[in-house]
Amino acid sequence: MDIILQQLVNGLSLGSVYGLIAIGYTMVYGIIGMINFAHGDVYMVSAYVTAIAIALLSFFGIESFPVVILGTLIFTIFVTGVYGWVIERVAYRPLRGSSRLSILISAIGMSLILQNYVQISQGAKQQGVPTLLSGAIRFDVGDGFVQLTYMKLFILCASFIGMGVLTYIIQKTKLGRMCRATQQDPKMASILGIDTDKIISTVFVIGATMAALAGVLVTLDYGGFDFYVGFIIGIKAFTAAVLGGIGSLPGAMLGGIILGLSEALFAGLISSDYKDVFSFSLLVIILIFRPSGLLGKPEVEKV
Amino acid sequence: MSQDSILKVDNLVMHFGGIKALNDVNFEIKRGSVSALIGPNGAGKTTVFNCLTGFYKATGGNIMLDACGKTTSVIQVLGEPFQASDFLNPVAFAKRLKYKMFGGSHLVNRAGLSRTFQNIRLFKEMSVVENLLVAQHMRANRSLIAGILNTKAYKKSEEEALERAFYWLGVVDLKDFANRLAGELSYGQQRRLEIARAMCTNPEIVCLDEPAAGLNPSETEALTKMIRVLRDQHNTTVLLIEHDMGMVMNISDYIVVLDHGEVIAKGGPEDIKSNPKVIAAYLGAEEGEEVTL
Amino acid sequence: MSQAVVSINYKKSVIDAVIAGLLALIVFGPIVGIVLDGYDFNAEPERLMWIVLTVMAGRLAASVFFQTSKGAAFLYKHSSKEEGVHVLPPGHKSKLRWIIPLTIVIALLVPFIASKYILTVVILGLIYVLLGLGLNIVVGLAGLLDLGFVGFYAIGAYGLALGYEHLGLGFWSMLPISAIIAAIFGAILGFPVLRMHGDYLAIVTLGFGEIIRLVLTNWTEVTQGPNGMNAPLPTFFGMEFKRRASEGHVPFHEFFGIPYSSVYKYIFIYLVLLLVVLGVLYVKKRLTKMPIGRAWEALREDEIACRSLGLNHVLVKLSAFMIGASTGGLAGVFFATYQGFVNPSSFTFFESALILAIVVLGGMGSTLGVVIAAFVLTVAPELLREFADYRVLAFGMLMVLMMIWKPRGLVRMTRTGVEQREGNVK
Repeated sequence: MDIILQQLVNGLSLGSVYGLIAIGYTMVYGIIGMINFAHGDVYMVSAYVTAIAIALLSFFGIESFPVVILGTLIFTIFVTGVYGWVIERVAYRPLRGSSRLSILISAIGMSLILQNYVQISQGAKQQGVPTLLSGAIRFDVGDGFVQLTYMKLFILCASFIGMGVLTYIIQKTKLGRMCRATQQDPKMASILGIDTDKIISTVFVIGATMAALAGVLVTLDYGGFDFYVGFIIGIKAFTAAVLGGIGSLPGAMLGGIILGLSEALFAGLISSDYKDVFSFSLLVIILIFRPSGLLGKPEVEKV
Repeated sequence: MSQDSILKVDNLVMHFGGIKALNDVNFEIKRGSVSALIGPNGAGKTTVFNCLTGFYKATGGNIMLDACGKTTSVIQVLGEPFQASDFLNPVAFAKRLKYKMFGGSHLVNRAGLSRTFQNIRLFKEMSVVENLLVAQHMRANRSLIAGILNTKAYKKSEEEALERAFYWLGVVDLKDFANRLAGELSYGQQRRLEIARAMCTNPEIVCLDEPAAGLNPSETEALTKMIRVLRDQHNTTVLLIEHDMGMVMNISDYIVVLDHGEVIAKGGPEDIKSNPKVIAAYLGAEEGEEVTL
Repeated sequence: MSQAVVSINYKKSVIDAVIAGLLALIVFGPIVGIVLDGYDFNAEPERLMWIVLTVMAGRLAASVFFQTSKGAAFLYKHSSKEEGVHVLPPGHKSKLRWIIPLTIVIALLVPFIASKYILTVVILGLIYVLLGLGLNIVVGLAGLLDLGFVGFYAIGAYGLALGYEHLGLGFWSMLPISAIIAAIFGAILGFPVLRMHGDYLAIVTLGFGEIIRLVLTNWTEVTQGPNGMNAPLPTFFGMEFKRRASEGHVPFHEFFGIPYSSVYKYIFIYLVLLLVVLGVLYVKKRLTKMPIGRAWEALREDEIACRSLGLNHVLVKLSAFMIGASTGGLAGVFFATYQGFVNPSSFTFFESALILAIVVLGGMGSTLGVVIAAFVLTVAPELLREFADYRVLAFGMLMVLMMIWKPRGLVRMTRTGVEQREGNVK
């Protein structure tokens, strides 16, 4: 019983991270209909930037937790956001109007570039960050106990705040309205004077900032990372996006949490060796039986 | 179904989400006729077409195609959801499973119905001849071994396919363009090539979706002649959607008029011309007012 | 385009360059300029400066170039996506009909003139030719992006190792069996997923490739996990290429009364592989001219039109998938026997990306292009050992640049023309 509850707690924080990354996939897919294959690697870059920010701050003698975390978040989100913009500008914008296959191949190329460039610059070895926030809340359950570390609590709060802010931007602001209009009909939106290229860039930047938030949170929690972490978490987040219904923002969140919970339960109850196999199989099964996901709209084929 | 009708549509209903695109459509197409489906924009013509040709799965009703010596239910071959009774009846279950796994619009074509598209869908980066060869896929010698070893039987079958392709190129007057890419042809030529490609599948009924759209008067004239050739020399039934009323009245034996997802009139061109309902639908005029088409 | 003298706005170019430099500073600053060292870091301002300066200079040059009339013409040429395919006149004789026999003769001579090292490199090149050909059917002809191609490669390689270990089957029996098993896996994976549209297919196949690798890693009772397994060498009419043959077998060198050398086994693998590659090349050439090959290409062009012509799109895609998979399986068997050993780390996503890079560089659907690209991409890294670290970076850049510049690859696709003839319907 306590194992199950513990796994649920872990799964929830894992799932909210998946959800944050899934936002990048789902928004980009919604607006230009492509899978941004390099998105997982943007997350990986943000993990490095997080560690660099923490190292820089400690170099300047800043140790107080709130300042460190705030500084790291701002720095990482800014740098990763620029990454999002640059990637779109370099690898995707010149291909506007090309076949889907070309764009996807370009995205795969971008993913390889990011991985290898980080590997060359930073070395292939595993990197880490010091533990900034320790301690946990314990709940007694039956004979055992369930613990919720402060870090996990922080992850949950931060990711929900991040999602809340994003939902507000998309639903209530002028920028969000322009994003939604472009998503519905890019041609019409540009006729109405919306600079669609700019909106597409913005969406990439938003996706990257959400990945950066996830990168900071996960890095602080787990400590270790290497240049390859983006690949698996990228596929998982994509699975979350598809599960929730690709193109749907709340869907990405929901999908992330469901995936996180089910993966944690699978790992806790059945086998942790095969938990990635479980997630990939889940992806295949969803795509076969319900490609529009939980909250997505089914696609009508245009003849 | 009576022997002389090739296509029978009964109570066809099609909903998209909450929108009722088609509401109880009924008509029959006579074998060997040229029939037209007309109606104002948004009347549901293309939706009917897509249901007939198996690209949309109709929400309800029946479409029976009587061609190639058998009767095919277009809706059934697309694969229907399982029903409770299927689990007690293995034969019905097997049949439904088969169509669910292997069914689809291609079976409608194999049952003897072929179509063209409103926005031309050619294989743009393949040559004109290759476009016609792809259409003969079901008749070609598809044995991998024969093809790889280039056997006599295979060569013969390919040669026949080429001859057939050139025959149809002759009919649509594109023989000199055989070795061009389909995407390089002019708009009118592409339309004609699409008809030739549809005919290469050896259909008994061919559905043309706005074949004269974007053609100039002389091209339309040539198209009219071609459609007559299809009917008179090849015994092909032709069903077309068209907005060019002059052409429709000129070649059709039978016209079905659709408005707001319902059939408002059917009959010969003369009947339709003078039908007050049709005139009202087209011109928005009050019933009884004198308007001529 | 106007022939008027184009004035160059240098101010704009400089601003472009400064902005690019700033962006480069933000992007490269943390990752390149600050290298993590434990919880500490080392600053590397010098290489950061070089990168930023290179970016600025490049942007300046590009900005000025695109303002000249030549640059504008260049941009225009590449913004119009029409390119590449053209139809050859009927009866066209390709220059290749001289080159092909010549190449085959040279290829047959290679093992007798080349050193052992070169021979092993060429064998690896040929294995990638096979992989490239297999993926080219799936991606280039049928237009299905398969990112899990390495899965079939792994099935072939482990097929040989497992068949040897558990069933006692050798190279010759496992060569066809592995190809068939790979094709069956292709069918099992393909049948449900081939209804999906392109991008989803890419991700699902990627997941499939990873599942195979994870299973190979974790199912230690059967596959011995990350430790890997031994794979047998091929035999020549029952003769083995080892110094000492196992029970009941004669070593090759003893039979012919020549001294033992490890080169023989590579020569033999090479010759068998060459025959298989030539066979696959021939089959692929025939396939493109056959109804099934035409159907693949038609499906790539327009799936809906194909369905309206009576083609079962799922089965047509499946056939491409299965033939591609079986070619991947063949390549896997050769890889296993060439290495004498397999383990899961040879079958990562990176391999799939490399094979994809071969297809992309060589030209979608072009056979000749794939053969050349396979050799370039596998042999070049061997020759340029000191740049080995930059290999993946180069592949990634290659993929992006090719998609922007020449999405159809370097070798132009051509289509065969046919003679005019009398039409006839029976």
